[in-house]
Amino acid sequence: MTRDEIFAKVVEIVKPYVKNEDALAAVADDTNILEDLKVNSARLVDIILNFEDEFDIEVEDEDADAVNTVGDAVALIQEKLS
Amino acid sequence: MSDDAMTAGSADRGNPAKRVVVTGLGVVAPNGYGLEAYTEALREGVSGIRHIGLHEELKFACTVGGIPEGIDEMSEAYFQPDELLAMNSSHRFGCIAAIDAWTDAGLERPDPADDRVYWEAGAVIGTGIGGLDTAGKKLIPLVDAGRVRRLGSTMVEQVMGSGVSARVAGLLSLGNQVTANSSACSTGTEAIIEGCQRIRAGLAQRMLCGGTEGYSQYAWAGFDSMRVLCRSHNDEPEKASRPMSASAGGFVPGSGAAILHLESLESAQIRGARIYAEIPGGAINCGGHRRGGSMTAPNAEGVQRCIRAAVVDAAIDPDEVDAISGHLTATGADPKEVASWAKALQRSPETFPAITSTKSMIGHALGAAGALESVACVLMLRERFVHPSINCEDVHPEIEKYAGSIPHVVREMPELNTMIKAGFGFGDVNACAIFRRWAN
Repeated sequence: MTRDEIFAKVVEIVKPYVKNEDALAAVADDTNILEDLKVNSARLVDIILNFEDEFDIEVEDEDADAVNTVGDAVALIQEKLS
Repeated sequence: MSDDAMTAGSADRGNPAKRVVVTGLGVVAPNGYGLEAYTEALREGVSGIRHIGLHEELKFACTVGGIPEGIDEMSEAYFQPDELLAMNSSHRFGCIAAIDAWTDAGLERPDPADDRVYWEAGAVIGTGIGGLDTAGKKLIPLVDAGRVRRLGSTMVEQVMGSGVSARVAGLLSLGNQVTANSSACSTGTEAIIEGCQRIRAGLAQRMLCGGTEGYSQYAWAGFDSMRVLCRSHNDEPEKASRPMSASAGGFVPGSGAAILHLESLESAQIRGARIYAEIPGGAINCGGHRRGGSMTAPNAEGVQRCIRAAVVDAAIDPDEVDAISGHLTATGADPKEVASWAKALQRSPETFPAITSTKSMIGHALGAAGALESVACVLMLRERFVHPSINCEDVHPEIEKYAGSIPHVVREMPELNTMIKAGFGFGDVNACAIFRRWAN
C-alpha cells in the first residue's frame, strides 16, 4: 500500500469524528487531530480501533499515545505494515 | 402533605411561576413518528404491533412486539456521524423525541458552535431497562472473550442509566438539572411529575421530561420467561395487545420514546409560547409490598392513595375527571386497576369516566410507556377525543359493568377538559398525573 493510499484511508477513518470541516478540507501531514480537527479526545480510542480493523494491525497503547497528527498516524501504520 | 403519597406540592394557582404547562411534544411510537402521525394512528385505532422473526428463532413464547419503524434512516438527518456511533436504539428514540419536543415548543435547535447554555432548562428522561442491546451485542461478548480494549470509548455512555439525558443535554445545551429516573413501568409518568416539582419549586423554568426504551431481545426475554407476555396471538400481531379483554393473556412488549417540554406558565407567557395543556398536579408513591402488593403486584390501597393524592394536589374535584388513560397492560391486573379507579375517584359504573389503554395499540413500552401515554393525553385534550381501546370487544367479565366507558372506536368528547394518567411498576411503585386542556 502506498503512503498516499494510507493517508487517504486515515482521513476517511478520522472524518466522522471531525468537528472542524475547514481544517479537514485542508488536511495535511501536520494537521493535529485534536487541536485542528477538533476531534473529541475520548474518541481517539475508537479511531485507533478503526485503524486496527482497516489495516489489520495491532496498535499498542504507547504507540497510540504518540499519535498527534495525521502524519503520525500514517507513519505508525506504515511501520506496522512493513 | 395531603395524603401519604409524595405529591408535587400544592400549586399556587394565582402564581404563574408555580403553574406548569406543556408547550412542546415529541413522540417516536410503534404506530407513528411525530405528532400528526401519532394523533391519526390513535384516532383510527392503528396497531403498531408486528411479528418479530428473531424472537421466533430464539424460541420466545411471545413473538410479537412494538418497535418504531424507520428510525435508523431518520437518525442520519438528526445526528452527526460520530454521535450516531455512540447511540443505541434507546438513545435514538429518546433524542429524536427530545429534539422534536424542543422545536415543537418554538425553540431553535442550538448550533454546536454556539457557546450559549440554557441554564434555566433541564431534563428528566427515564428508562426502565436501558442499553441492553449494546450490552448484549457488544459489551458482554467482547469482555467474555478477553477483548476489553476493543470496546472503545462509546460503551459507558450507551449503558449508563443517564445516557440519554446526558446526550440530550449536549444536543440542546441544557444547563439545569439533567438526570434520568428509573421506576420500572411508572418511569415515564414519574419523570413528568419530577419535572413539574422542579419547576414549581422555582429551580427551573423549562424541563424536558419523559422516557425512552430501546428495543432489545435481552430486555424482553426476562418478561417472556416470567410468562407475563401475551403468547396467544402470535399469528395476529395487531390483535395481541388486549387490555381489559376477557381474552387478555399478558402484555405485548413495546419500545419508543416520548418527551414533553414542560414550562412554567410565566415562562410560556413571556415567550408567547403555544400552550397545549396544564399539569395542575400529580403524585408518586409505593405500596410497600404489603396488603397484596409485591415486587410484581400492586398494593391496591397504594394505587388508590396515589390517584387521590394527585387529585388533591391538582386542587380539582374528582368529578371533574372526564377520561382516564389507564396503565392497563392486558394482564390479570386490569380488573383490579379499574376497580381502584372507581374507588379512588368515587365513581359508580353509571358515572364512570371514559377509560382507554394506549397500550392496546403500541404495547407496553416499559420506561417510555407513561410518557407515550401522557403525550396521547395531551393530544386527546387538544382535539377533544378519546382514542379507542382496541381488542377488547369481549370486555373482561369483572369490567363488564364499566363497558359503556370503554371506546372501541374514537369517541369525540366536545367537553373533554381533564384527563388523569397513571403508571404502575414493578416494585409496587405508582405515579399519577393530571392534564387539563388549555384554552389559548
